[in-house]
Amino acid sequence: MGSYILGRLAQSGLVVLGVTTVVFIVTRVFGDPVSLMLPLSATAEQKAAFAHQIGLDQPLLAQFFAFAGDLVTLDFGESLWQRRPVIEVIADCLPNSLLLVSVALAAATLMAVLLGAIAALRPGGVIDKAISGIALLGLSMPQFWVGLLLILVMSVYLKLLPSSGMGSAAHLVLPAITLALTPLARQTMLLRSSMIDELNKQYVRTARAKGMPFARVLIVHALRNTWIPFLTLAGWEFILTLAGYSVVVETVFAWPGLGLTAIQAIQRGDLFLVQGVVFTIAVLIVTVNIVLDILFRAIDPRIGLN
Amino acid sequence: MTQQQARNSAQATWRANASALAQELWRDKTGLVSLIILVGIVAMALFAPLIAPFDPAAQSLSHRLTPPAWLDRGVWTHPLGTDHLGRDILSRIIWGARLTLLIGSCVVLFGGALGTAVGLWAGYNGGRTDNILMRIVDIQVSFPGILLILLIVSVMGTSVVTLIVVLSLTNWMVFARFVRGTVMSLRQSAYVEAAEIVGCHPARILFRHILPNLITPLLVLSILEFTNIVLAEAALSFLGLGIQPPATSWGLDIASGRDYIYIAWWLVTFPGICIVSLVLSLNLFSSWVRITTDPQEREKRFAHSYMSRRGKRS
Repeated sequence: MGSYILGRLAQSGLVVLGVTTVVFIVTRVFGDPVSLMLPLSATAEQKAAFAHQIGLDQPLLAQFFAFAGDLVTLDFGESLWQRRPVIEVIADCLPNSLLLVSVALAAATLMAVLLGAIAALRPGGVIDKAISGIALLGLSMPQFWVGLLLILVMSVYLKLLPSSGMGSAAHLVLPAITLALTPLARQTMLLRSSMIDELNKQYVRTARAKGMPFARVLIVHALRNTWIPFLTLAGWEFILTLAGYSVVVETVFAWPGLGLTAIQAIQRGDLFLVQGVVFTIAVLIVTVNIVLDILFRAIDPRIGLN
Repeated sequence: MTQQQARNSAQATWRANASALAQELWRDKTGLVSLIILVGIVAMALFAPLIAPFDPAAQSLSHRLTPPAWLDRGVWTHPLGTDHLGRDILSRIIWGARLTLLIGSCVVLFGGALGTAVGLWAGYNGGRTDNILMRIVDIQVSFPGILLILLIVSVMGTSVVTLIVVLSLTNWMVFARFVRGTVMSLRQSAYVEAAEIVGCHPARILFRHILPNLITPLLVLSILEFTNIVLAEAALSFLGLGIQPPATSWGLDIASGRDYIYIAWWLVTFPGICIVSLVLSLNLFSSWVRITTDPQEREKRFAHSYMSRRGKRS
């Protein structure tokens, strides 16, 4: 186990190096940070001074090492838009994103277990068809549109919940529902199908034949065997939500998280901030992946064998 | 058998297959309805200049924010109402289908071609090539495409070409993984070994013997990827990172309608319904294609319908 964790850490180090390289190539080689970040009216001297300040007049390799060194020490430079270090901006909005994502995913996971298990009880029945149909519909709706419809109904017409911003618990409701929808649909579908597979297996029949109550068979035996694929998907949903869906949902509800900050930074041409956010999310993803891998080896001894 | 006869019989089998397929589609109503909606949307995009009642960009400030026709202030010249600049929503929806479908097709084509090529190469060669290529796929899969998209768009700006390139670069991995897995298992099969022993060129084995097995599953995968790309394009356009005005796109229309959500619900509602119907139909149609082309699934369905018919009779 110890050597596995070490190997996994080394591999993640390589991945972070890869991300650093991609960020470097895209921003410095393809793009031109000087003209992107300075106003159009900047003089040639100002441009030269700025290029010197961020080290653009150095050879490419030296630039890369300076760049990588800065990222690893979490020195992302100064945000041109907010006039303060990028790391401070990120430290301010990361907790907001994590709050939203964890509330949404916790709700989605609980609901998915419930709905998936109910649907699997009678495959092809009315309840199953209804749940599967709604799940498919949920996967087919763009999140930003669901968010806007919720605002339309709950805020504009019913005036029940606030439509944007952050503050009370009520502000969390609509963004969390919107963010939860897609993961909920996907997790429900997965749990339903793996549950149906499990319920058709011999050991379920044996347990029933022994006279074990069905609810106990379901919860103690079948549900347990669906854990591994379900948790794998849940981890993947966490990554997708944190780095993908939350950007959209935070924009719809003006939730002051990483995603909204990234979009605003792009609109203002604040390259350092965009870079910082991308790198932070990448490191978070790598961390989540390691934790999940180690967790799975601890839960399921079969994984260690191959 | 002469050549003429062979051609006739080939034509006859083809015709029989096509009519069997049509019958099958007629029996599965979800598949049929989804196909009709898809054909409708494609026709809408192709014939947009003929169908659309107005120029999608034509502004008319005296008619701004007209509600849909069935409401109080609505007029039948603008069945779905007008937006904040007095542009006809129906016409914008009809024109908006074009870029969505164009981008989706291009990305599926490029991403699919890249992924299939990588998958064939890795799966056929195995060994170190396979290791390196699949490691790249693993790493890229573990990173949501949006990070790369944010980065590239912030540096290079937005355009339809950038959008296609970026989405292709973030959507090829599924194809690579799938093709590689299938190729690896097919390489073990007797007929591929036979072809190797006879001395077939690897390219001939790959394209003549292995690739035909992949066509239908690749089709299903492409349709599913298409839905992801439609949703991704809509989301990016909504965020202002995708299609830019004056071009029209459903996602873009929803974004501009967002500012008027308190006074005009129809601006965000109708383009959204279009996205949902396109994606939902694609999902349903792909599941029909999958079930119809998979012998195991067909057998299950046959048994199911047979049992239910017997159940009814007794």
